Amino acid sequence: MPVAHRAPKPESPPRARPAAPSSPWRHRLDRTVSPYAYVAPFFLLFAAFGVFPLIYTAWVSLHDWNLLSSANPFVGLDNYGRLFSDGYFWNAAFNTLSIGVLSAVPQLALALVLAHLLNRPLRAQTLFRITLLLPNVTSVVAVVVIFSQLFGRDFGLVNALLDLVGIDRVYWQADVASSHVAIAIMIMWRWTGYNALIYLAAMQAVPREIYEAATIDGASAARQLWSVTIPMIRPTVIFTVIVTTIGSMQIIAEPLLFGAQVSNGAATTGGTDRQFQTLALYLYEKGFRSFEFGYASAAAWVMFLLVVVVVGFNYLLVRRMRGGLDV
Amino acid sequence: MGIPRTGRRIPRPLAPMLAAALFALTACGGGSSPATGGSAAPAEKIKLTVGLFGDFGFKPLYEEFRKTHPNIEIEERQAAYADHHTNLAAHLATGAGAADVEGIEVGFVSQFTAQPDRFQDLRQYGLDKRQGDYLDWKWQQGVAPNGAVVGLGTDIGGLAMCYRTDLFKKAGLPTGRDEVSALWPTWDGYIETGKKFSAASPAGTKFFDSPGEIMRAIIAQAPVGVYDAQDKVVVATNPDVKRAWDLSVRMIQEGLSAKIGAWTPEWNTGFAKGSFATIICPAWMTAYIQDQAKNAAGKWDIATVPGGAGNAGGTHLTVPKQSKHPKEAAELVDFLTSADSQAAVFKAIGNFPSIPALYDQPDIRDFTKDFFNGAPVGKIYSDAAKNLKPQHLGPKEGDVRTAIGNGLGRVEQGKQAPEQAWAQVLKDVENVG
Repeated sequence: MPVAHRAPKPESPPRARPAAPSSPWRHRLDRTVSPYAYVAPFFLLFAAFGVFPLIYTAWVSLHDWNLLSSANPFVGLDNYGRLFSDGYFWNAAFNTLSIGVLSAVPQLALALVLAHLLNRPLRAQTLFRITLLLPNVTSVVAVVVIFSQLFGRDFGLVNALLDLVGIDRVYWQADVASSHVAIAIMIMWRWTGYNALIYLAAMQAVPREIYEAATIDGASAARQLWSVTIPMIRPTVIFTVIVTTIGSMQIIAEPLLFGAQVSNGAATTGGTDRQFQTLALYLYEKGFRSFEFGYASAAAWVMFLLVVVVVGFNYLLVRRMRGGLDV
Repeated sequence: MGIPRTGRRIPRPLAPMLAAALFALTACGGGSSPATGGSAAPAEKIKLTVGLFGDFGFKPLYEEFRKTHPNIEIEERQAAYADHHTNLAAHLATGAGAADVEGIEVGFVSQFTAQPDRFQDLRQYGLDKRQGDYLDWKWQQGVAPNGAVVGLGTDIGGLAMCYRTDLFKKAGLPTGRDEVSALWPTWDGYIETGKKFSAASPAGTKFFDSPGEIMRAIIAQAPVGVYDAQDKVVVATNPDVKRAWDLSVRMIQEGLSAKIGAWTPEWNTGFAKGSFATIICPAWMTAYIQDQAKNAAGKWDIATVPGGAGNAGGTHLTVPKQSKHPKEAAELVDFLTSADSQAAVFKAIGNFPSIPALYDQPDIRDFTKDFFNGAPVGKIYSDAAKNLKPQHLGPKEGDVRTAIGNGLGRVEQGKQAPEQAWAQVLKDVENVG
């Protein structure tokens, strides 16, 4: 850096560096400390908005902490004890897993197929790609409100179509299965295109020659997807599985707004019988409707551990998944 | 290299750190900077924010207030009912973000008055002098257990029953409000009328929207509700609550309900389409109906409520402790809840005053509303307010009501038999208390 070797001037012009080059310790300090200083902003922000809340939540979870009250007695692990015997918490855990599986598996499979179809010379390719991303840039509230109307009991389009083909109308919010399917469809609508784009990007890095060889060997398109593409983009598949898993463990807006179609109370409880209350919604109910912050914090920590376990499980599962080609 | 250095006198390793620190400072600064300073000089420009759920008809009053306080600018924020109270709790807990004047509905008020140190004690600003103006129970709802005056009441929700005269006519029922009132002196009479209505009603029309608000009203008519005076939940032992439950279940079983939950989008559609013929009608509901069923002017009318007087809903205005201009905010609360303001709001949108001196004032007593077929709303709600027996509300009133409402919802959705649903309600309520 030539600037550093310029002679020092007593009255520093705008661009000159005031520090004297004859100060070796400063230079050394620069060498050793600067890199850390440059990455520090991220870590400072992460500490403030990531680590600190995590630890503070753990601290809060050890108290009988009302959101508004100023006296919050220490209760040790009582909140955790209550939580583990709380049927509604485990109900929420089940709902979260169920909605997660129902949305993630078809979503990722569909994304793979879509990406595979687009991974060939097509007219108006950019248009297709933008279209894929469109549902994702739509606000979640708008998506859920529209879908909730489609799934409306009395005036919903889905029920009207069911009526047309002679199938009984469904009260989508009333049952566990129907509500989970409805919510899973909303999630799929938003995220399939996004994952397809990620897959598409990965697929374009796969060398053409392999496909050409496969074609010469007489492999069909489906066979090529299964035996060439998927093994070649496995790191990307693992990435999307992990991100989708984390995302589906945190679902809250969909069930909240879907339940708001039933009544005010059924919104935070995720249905009259908690048919579709997810973990995040349960946490919201406890923390922000009942103001039991200590208890909600304990739930948040257990939820965090559950996310780690589920992500770890999925990671192992996908890593063991092997196509025909070993990479 | 051509990269210019910007931080001239700052040693290199410190520059990014400083930048981060600066960033953090500016990021936090938005919430805590004393933007308009203290209230020492009276002529200083001050901005007050008012946080409400829905329209309270305050806009013309702000203009009025500014005539005596020209230096004060008022900004109103509105949110949905549940969001408003949730956000308020979060803002109070974190000590930032609350408005200078916050409205709190009666379903939440005891939860907030239980924490008086989060609010300004309005006695500091001399507002305890207003106690004599108010219905005593309404005043007490805004007072904390330690005696601090947390909020001053705006309106009360004396009960009545709104009904569609056109649908009643089609079903062969009388349409005059006195005759209709005579149909249902009791809730049993209401159910019988409902059965007659259903037998001859036009297709796609039910007798009422959903039993949730009706059950809330029946409970409100009892001397004791879901809490006793010692803040103990008495859902399991209070026969009046069980009676309200049984009546509501009977209404569902008779097929009178349109199964449209209150405050849902389908409910709003239901108003517009005329999906239900009656709705429980606290005074503030008239404002809502007028807004939702614009095409039905003159078709609605108001009869007395079955089963006697009761209160459902109503609001208090509070000043959070974190307000930077508590004195001015308290003055605004005083003004917005004054007798004149309450009378003006009633005439403009329908929320009924909580100041009994107004009830015998001719302009209130003789007030009628064209939208409701010229119904004498002044007389109806004055009578409702005078006959009202106050009921004690407990700290988790909202959670208890949600548990009961969800139980009714399960019966309505056909998920559970009534006994099974009630058993689960009792279990849920036990966990709340």
